[in-house]
Amino acid sequence: MNKGPSWFNLTSITLGMAFLYLPIVLLVIYSFNAGRNVAIWEGWSTKWYFALWQDQQMLDAAWVTIRVGLLSASVATILGTMAAMTLVRHGRFFGRSLFSGMVSAPLVLPEVILGLSLLLLFVAIGFDRGFWTMTIAHITFTMCYVAVVVQSRLVSFDRTLEEAALDLGCPPLRTFFSITLPLILPAVISGWMLAFTLSLDDLVIASFTTGPGATSLPIKIYSQVRLGVSPQINAICTIIIAVVAVGAIVASLQLKRAETERRRAEQMAAAGR
Amino acid sequence: MAAIEAAAPVAARAGDSGARTSALGRLLVMAIPYAWMLFFFLVPFLIVVKISFSETAIAIPPYTPVFDFAVDGIAGTIAKLGELSTATYEFLTTDSLYWRSYLSSVWIAATSTLITLAIGYPLAYGMARCPREWRPMLLMMVILPFWTSFLIRVYAWIGILAREGLLNKLLISIGLVDPAQPLVILSTTTAVYIGIVYSYLPFMVLPLYASLEKLDETLLEAAADLGCTPWRAFWQVTFPLSLPGVIAGCFLVFIPAVGEFVIPDLLGGSETLMIGKTLWTEFFNNRDWPVASAVAVLLLLILVIPIVLFQNQQAKAQETGR
Repeated sequence: MNKGPSWFNLTSITLGMAFLYLPIVLLVIYSFNAGRNVAIWEGWSTKWYFALWQDQQMLDAAWVTIRVGLLSASVATILGTMAAMTLVRHGRFFGRSLFSGMVSAPLVLPEVILGLSLLLLFVAIGFDRGFWTMTIAHITFTMCYVAVVVQSRLVSFDRTLEEAALDLGCPPLRTFFSITLPLILPAVISGWMLAFTLSLDDLVIASFTTGPGATSLPIKIYSQVRLGVSPQINAICTIIIAVVAVGAIVASLQLKRAETERRRAEQMAAAGR
Repeated sequence: MAAIEAAAPVAARAGDSGARTSALGRLLVMAIPYAWMLFFFLVPFLIVVKISFSETAIAIPPYTPVFDFAVDGIAGTIAKLGELSTATYEFLTTDSLYWRSYLSSVWIAATSTLITLAIGYPLAYGMARCPREWRPMLLMMVILPFWTSFLIRVYAWIGILAREGLLNKLLISIGLVDPAQPLVILSTTTAVYIGIVYSYLPFMVLPLYASLEKLDETLLEAAADLGCTPWRAFWQVTFPLSLPGVIAGCFLVFIPAVGEFVIPDLLGGSETLMIGKTLWTEFFNNRDWPVASAVAVLLLLILVIPIVLFQNQQAKAQETGR
């Protein structure tokens, strides 16, 4: 019955992918346009990329975004992994449903609500808004994504390996670092990457929680986009797309390889038992 | 042998203190993220609810009454609870702007969810029917835009849909549109639909693909053998079996689309009312914190039903999957 894809399937895939990719491709092409008008092609040029390099405000914003992203993704990965361990391993405890509700809610809540509520908290406790408040806000919503990713890995985890280590007298903390962590590492790394890209991408929550001192790249892009389309914005967008796309592709290939190796190691360990 | 016997009590003692540190460790692993979420998620949310019952004031912060346990003590705080008012909520019901933006958010989100389903289903179906070796590549291609910045993907449409944009240029050059009267799409609700469908398409395709890929093709062969036309077989076999994916995809598009801010702000015009944008305007432009908070509380109330339904469906799907 399956004699390769039918014309209908091929058409729907082609149209669907064209819809997904055409806008991005056009944006990238027009970032190399020599003219200022983004709809009229005036020949190839990389001058907007050089203009970007001269734009100190844009560079500052990029630096703020990278620092917030690295810091918040790292803390969110630690907290999210702890939350996932708690939810999968702790069984029943007081306030479990409250905890699991709090961890899954930010995945579905509108960003405007999360941003507004965190801002009101920072005002209430008199915390000056800026780099740190933005970082805290990003940790809070990205740790939930990390928790979900790590949780799904922990559920399908062979606990006998861990139990064997504990039975042989390995302390729990060491068991975690030498047995559990290496086995869930692909999920932890994907969690970190997801947290980092979400932080890099976030406009709404950052706008609510940041102060005058710390402008992130999305906030900067947004304020310029409101003034209209410009080739310089196309150029910065192209750079972001390239970085994220290369990162995502490399990471997914790496993770696939690590996953195959881990499976083999797990099978060997199971066979040795 | 003697060495083992001598070592046994030592090991037992080590195990004892080990058990204590392990209990402490387990408690810490639980307590740290728990405390973080309580303080940075639950408490802020309660503050929003509280401020929504306060009144606007020209002050810093711009609302009254302000609670301060250190100054008021418990009795003072209780006295201030009496000052809380429902004036903000009464105001929301009197001004038609608010309920109109609620209704239009739900309407826009629901319509774009159906359009996304109509575009996403054939795509997911085609992917699931492709030769096995193509599938990881196609899946990667659907996931990749999801990693790319949301803001950038919305921005990309401005250049296409604008009056002087690429779409009009193309249509004029092939003679479909009169150069004197270009299509006006940007700053209308149509552009908002396009933006939502485009941005959330991967959220629809992934669950659809997951349920269509699992589909047992022998069922379709059986239907064909029994004289069922492909079209009827699709509606009687394939579609019902893919229903979990359809439901999950619809929720994943509808829930975030209701509270969307970036898309209506950048692509929509003044006639596009969406609640996320209303909240933003109240907060940043009108600086009316109580009204912004009340809008947030009501937005959450709209979303509670679909969120709970979605989580129940996910839990059920997980159980049947095991």
